[in-house]
Amino acid sequence: MIEFRNVTKQFPDGTVAVDGFSLVIPSRQFTVFVGSSGCGKTTILRMINRMVEPTSGQVLIDDHDVATGDAVRLRRSIGYVMQQSGLLPHRRVIDNVATVPYLTGVSKKKGRQEAFGLLRTVGLDESLAYRYPAQLSGGQQQRVGVARALAVDPNILLMDEPFGAVDPLVRAELQTELLRLQRDLDKTVVFVTHDIDEAFLLGQHVVIFQKGGIIAQQGSPAEILANPASDFVASFIGADRGKRRLRVSDIAADNGELLLVDGNGHPAGVIETDDPRLGAGTGPKSRSVSNKTDQAGDA
Amino acid sequence: MNLILQGLAWIFTPSHWVTSVGNVSISTRIGEHFYYTGVSLLVTVLIAVPIGLAIGHTGKGRGIAIVLSNASRALPTLGLLAVLILGVGIGLLPVAIVLVILGIPPLLAGVYSGLESVDRQTIDAARAMGMTELQILVKVEIPLGFELIFGGFRAATLQIIATVTLAAYYSLGGLGHYLVFGLAQNDYPQMVAGAILVIVLALAVDGILAVIQRFVVPGVSRGTTRQRRTARGGAIPPVAQSRTLIKEGQ
Ligand SMILES: Nc1ncnc2c1ncn2[C@@H]1O[C@H](COP(=O)(O)OP(=O)(O)OP(=O)(O)O)[C@@H](O)[C@H]1O
Ligand SMILES: [Mg+2]
Repeated sequence: MIEFRNVTKQFPDGTVAVDGFSLVIPSRQFTVFVGSSGCGKTTILRMINRMVEPTSGQVLIDDHDVATGDAVRLRRSIGYVMQQSGLLPHRRVIDNVATVPYLTGVSKKKGRQEAFGLLRTVGLDESLAYRYPAQLSGGQQQRVGVARALAVDPNILLMDEPFGAVDPLVRAELQTELLRLQRDLDKTVVFVTHDIDEAFLLGQHVVIFQKGGIIAQQGSPAEILANPASDFVASFIGADRGKRRLRVSDIAADNGELLLVDGNGHPAGVIETDDPRLGAGTGPKSRSVSNKTDQAGDA
Repeated sequence: MNLILQGLAWIFTPSHWVTSVGNVSISTRIGEHFYYTGVSLLVTVLIAVPIGLAIGHTGKGRGIAIVLSNASRALPTLGLLAVLILGVGIGLLPVAIVLVILGIPPLLAGVYSGLESVDRQTIDAARAMGMTELQILVKVEIPLGFELIFGGFRAATLQIIATVTLAAYYSLGGLGHYLVFGLAQNDYPQMVAGAILVIVLALAVDGILAVIQRFVVPGVSRGTTRQRRTARGGAIPPVAQSRTLIKEGQ
């Protein structure tokens, strides 16, 4: 459990990024911070590994105040992935992954051996191991960044917009794999994004921020979608624009599938008809719909 | 042209390479020159590198360093040497002090701008991984800024090699001896010979350092030419330094 107790951060130039912030982040869950640019997400995230020291207030990990220990040791025990992979450009991929093990005295041989395993974990081909970071694509670099963060088998993984700079296809792929990783590895993940769809896709616990590090709402994606706490939240998740209100279109798709559209009439997808509530007999096209979904299910 | 040929002829006169009564061999002069250069360079490194690393790593003190560097560049070298000799007497010490004062600014600038050239995100990530400040310096900043640091070292070396000629004004030897002595005797071939020797020595040393630089700069620059070029762009151009050398040599 990570707990923020009445934390304030004023930067030397006078900017108050966070004021009297309190939050409990549950263990072994995927928590997502989401909010627009400049609202303090990074500042709050970096207080967990003391890359930012709060001006006042406390940050606790499992009831232990992080400020009381050694910052270097704390950071080595927490995985951190940032938007620009932050890899060391003069070290090969494999040695980048083993950065922290090397720091703690692990031999080059053993470090590399374990790093190979991690490359597989994050879905990278071993043939890339001896390249330099500049010789990888952005998406590959992010994977290396994740592998590096996992190298000490940390309980906590902090990710600051890790997929912000990769194209949508690669991002979707990375998101799926991250979900798998989280299920397999069972870590406390704190993930920052300003993409609400990414937040709802990944997060078990979603925290929506307003300017100045104020929490607009927190809860599971279902809770937030069902009950936006304020106009701000409704607007942020797109509920006010009808983006989240889906209905079956009057016009069926040419192949007979039931088409879903959002509040603005934009197509949002097709419907799965296994659900008995949608049962047969909804119209002349229902047969062909269930046929279609059966096929899709087989594929 | 004729004078240069005469100078070369002077250099290739076998008797000038032998030490005898009233004559010190060219090789001994080269040895003296190297000795003064080496001692001064060592002291320069011991002073400029730690200070440069501190400035580059913390980002503090840069302003003061620039002001002091500029001030020391404005000092008239020969006048400073004269004052020092009046103060501490003739010998290696005053010469070395002058050379160190000349060598520090380019090396210092090379070191701190080398560290400053390292991407802030990379350093931030290294710190977030749990590197100590010393580890960040040794494992990240120095290797990544090495090209500029070494460029500063080359510039300081050239500056010192060229200026060691001043030692001869106070009968301390070195290759400057031929310039001073030749002038006093109206022996122009000897003067030209001295100038040629200093230039060749400086170029040879710089060439060796350039070769070393190619081999010791960390892998990344060999991998990507882009970084190499940007690093070069910021370095003190060796050409400007060899001009000073010729000027001082006259
Ligand atoms: N080192 C700093 N010095 C001064 N002000 C800062 C510093 N770092 C952040 N801030 C300010 O604090 C506020 C919060 O910044 P922060 O980086 O936490 O936002 P963010 O939510 O992560 O934004 P983004 O989504 O753009 O990354 C901003 O107003 C920012 O300008
Ligand atoms: Mg941020």
